[in-house]
Amino acid sequence: MTTRIRNFSIIAHIDHGKSTLADRLLERTGAITARDMKEQLLDSMDLERERGITIKARAVRILYSAADGETYELNLIDTPGHVDFSYEVARSLDAVEGALLVVDATQGVEAQTLANTYLAIEAGLEIVPVINKIDLPAAEPERVAEEVASIIGGTPEEVLQISAKTGEGIDELLEAIVARFPAPGGNPTDPLRALIFDSYFDQYRGVVCYIRVMDGTLGKGDAVRFMATGLLEHADEVGILTPEAVQVASLGPGESGYLITGVKDIDLIRVGDTVTRTDRAATEPLPGYQEPKPMVFSGLFPVEGDDFERLRDALEKLRLNDASLSYEPETSAALGFGFRCGFLGLLHMEIVRERLEREYDLDLVSTAPSVAYLATQVTGEVLEVRSPQDLPQPNALAGIEEPYVKVMMLAPSEYVGTVMELAQQRRGILGELNYLSPERVEIDYEIPLAEIVFDFFDQLKSRTRGYASLDYEPVGYRPAELAKVDILLNGQPVDAFSTIIHKDKAYVYGSGMTKRLQELIPRQMFDIPIQAAIGSRVIARETVKAKRKDVTAKCYGGDISRKRKLLERQKEGKKRMKMVGSVEVPNDAFIDALKIEDS
Amino acid sequence: MTGQPDPAGCYVHVPFCARVCPYCDFAVVAGRDELIDRYFEALLAEITMEPEAGPLGSVFVGGGTPSRVRPDLLTAVVAGLRDRFGLVDGAEVTLEANPEDWSPERAAQLARGGFSRVSFGAQSFDDGVLAELGRLHRAVELERLVDDSRAAGFASVSLDLIFGSWSESPESWHATVERAIAAGPDHVSTYALTVERGTELSRQVAAGAPGPDADDQADKYTVAVELLTGAGYVHYEVSNFARPGHECEYNRNTWAQGDYLAFGLGAHGHRKGVRRRNVRRIDAYLEVIESGQRPEAGTEHITGWDAELERAFLGIRRAEGVEAPEVAAALADDFEAEGLLAARKFEIQNGVIRMLDPLFTDAVARVVLGLAAPGE
Repeated sequence: MTTRIRNFSIIAHIDHGKSTLADRLLERTGAITARDMKEQLLDSMDLERERGITIKARAVRILYSAADGETYELNLIDTPGHVDFSYEVARSLDAVEGALLVVDATQGVEAQTLANTYLAIEAGLEIVPVINKIDLPAAEPERVAEEVASIIGGTPEEVLQISAKTGEGIDELLEAIVARFPAPGGNPTDPLRALIFDSYFDQYRGVVCYIRVMDGTLGKGDAVRFMATGLLEHADEVGILTPEAVQVASLGPGESGYLITGVKDIDLIRVGDTVTRTDRAATEPLPGYQEPKPMVFSGLFPVEGDDFERLRDALEKLRLNDASLSYEPETSAALGFGFRCGFLGLLHMEIVRERLEREYDLDLVSTAPSVAYLATQVTGEVLEVRSPQDLPQPNALAGIEEPYVKVMMLAPSEYVGTVMELAQQRRGILGELNYLSPERVEIDYEIPLAEIVFDFFDQLKSRTRGYASLDYEPVGYRPAELAKVDILLNGQPVDAFSTIIHKDKAYVYGSGMTKRLQELIPRQMFDIPIQAAIGSRVIARETVKAKRKDVTAKCYGGDISRKRKLLERQKEGKKRMKMVGSVEVPNDAFIDALKIEDS
Repeated sequence: MTGQPDPAGCYVHVPFCARVCPYCDFAVVAGRDELIDRYFEALLAEITMEPEAGPLGSVFVGGGTPSRVRPDLLTAVVAGLRDRFGLVDGAEVTLEANPEDWSPERAAQLARGGFSRVSFGAQSFDDGVLAELGRLHRAVELERLVDDSRAAGFASVSLDLIFGSWSESPESWHATVERAIAAGPDHVSTYALTVERGTELSRQVAAGAPGPDADDQADKYTVAVELLTGAGYVHYEVSNFARPGHECEYNRNTWAQGDYLAFGLGAHGHRKGVRRRNVRRIDAYLEVIESGQRPEAGTEHITGWDAELERAFLGIRRAEGVEAPEVAAALADDFEAEGLLAARKFEIQNGVIRMLDPLFTDAVARVVLGLAAPGE
């Protein structure tokens, strides 16, 4: 039954040509004609297209007539491209038996690709390495092939060489998919177990789940149960994507497609959950399911207080499609009413913020990203602290633990020293140092996540001229010597600038932040002291001196209109300020103040 | 807003300069002296195009450098205005002059031709500062200007000073103010050097040259106020000081939102709530007038609450403040104004808004201009 099915994913770094390759496969197998093809069909969101990343996985079935005369059903399951979505990547990889590892012939392997490749190897997938863009003049297929071979084993000769752009090597690739990827297993007579590897919200149909049937069959009208959430529903519609949605009577083992039940609440449909039938229920769900867990937190506040309701609506709408986004109302003395949002990672945070600003036309102030700390109180109670405001006073605190991540960095060998220096500054503990080739090194560190969320990626890029890449995964909590540093403007703590930080770095943070704010806060009617303090102990101080002159020298007959307009414009400019107590702080200061360079 | 309106003022612009000062953003031309006669013909023609107006209360011939042109051209303009509109008894007729152009003969000719007041671009009594400002005279030439002008028949003499250029030390400024006072003028204007867009100075500053420092200027302003008021001058506007009875009538009228006619390149006028401005390019100015048209570049109608706000923002520049009860009431309710009131930067009493610290006039003006009309 399943011998002529092949399920596979494509693992590739941003810009290494995953979408172009997917398009080419669809085109070559006749799933879609070149003329109809919206370029890079699989990336449907504008933002994805612009940033060249894939946020949501998609599944496409294509039929391929192979050289052996048989027609194969190829299910291409697209995976999210970024570390923030590694849970979703892992579930997508659970839905396939093989993965194409696509590497740019001019660039070589990047950390992100490496991390996903390791995930695929751990998931037991067959990996077919492919070097793309061999048509480019700067292509170095031999060098890259050696690099790839050293990562996944095997010989450079087994690495396929293609150009998704020109179509060169695509036929060989299709044959390799059939020949080298195993057919899926599964028994149609077993109880149904179907893995949800993605979902999205459709405003007319409700939640659409992407599923891969592992065992049994799922037909239209079947009564189903979602095993993790316990939700009971009926399969209103079952279908495949060709890439257009086509209804089918049922899906059997090894097949992928979509399931619509009419559920409107995306919270009830979790990626990684197992769908079974109620008439013959499976006893064990498929392995790998986890509750979505935010890693990075940041407060989002509307610049205009009136926009609070609009922000709430926008977050609600975003969440319809993104169960991993969490938010709860937060009140800041400095910034007013807003939301404490939880994100899977930094990129996720950036995407959400950008979508809120762009698609919902909101002007936002966001606070410094932080992580979730575990604070043990003297009473023995353990508290998860997602915002510096929630950290108990020092005397009520028995200890704090912070999350660590394993960071994998790939860099040209001449930057090894630079990368290590940065990682050490960020309290990193060296793991492995692995020369993939004489030119490229994999450097592994365990680093507190808090050190990563604070401009680590920008620093890594700028110190290696953009050549290094990075990926990370959580490795649990560890005790740490942490302190909460408050920033006081005119004697009042500004909650937006408070941070939890390692004790050895408190002074650097405090003095950096006070100096930065002194530059960012315009002179006002009175002296403004800016202090950094741990509890009541002031560790750094600057002053914004009172403004002494705010008048134009000349205002005569010829100046009146111009002068009035100038003053009116300046008045408009003041609207882009937030009042913090009696101090006017430019909105940008909240963002700019957090970009402290390492000294 | 009371019954009999004040007589209108009148501004006449003479754009010709020997060279353009690095800080100047007025409508000026250098190296186009061949156009002078043609320009004055155009000016006289423009005066005849202006709609009827009552006798003028004041005339101000500014520039540019009006003192560079032949005195008969200047006095012909005064005669033209007198013929067309009339001048009230004792009308103030001011000429702006550069010290290097001045001579007893010239002064006498201009006074005979109707000028009663002269305002000199003295700028500084420090030759280093004068050089930095691009001025062509020396400090020593300034000593006799006042006496010479009075002897020639001018009833009022004013000196303009500029402070805060980077080469000017606090001591230099102190000495400049003292020497200006010693020269005995009736009126002194002290201007903080300002970087205006599009000027040579703004290009230099953008390229990294040191610009004026606000704290230095605040110090120097304070010094000027102390020395001048100590010498008996009344500090009657942000940048202006006068012996009693010698306030500039032309400017007083503009700060009171009065009407003023305007003639010449880039000149701005105000009549009955309409602000208008002339074209700023000299060739266009001449051609338009020679084709029988008024050289207007644009107008702006200021009415109702906006006019009241404008009157208030102009009025607070004067020492006596401005009586504007509705604006004062709105201001008293404003959150930002509260801080400025608490800091004693200004006060509101019986509907009069008055600056207590003129260095913060713009801070108050911004609040004023943002006030919503009552009931809105």
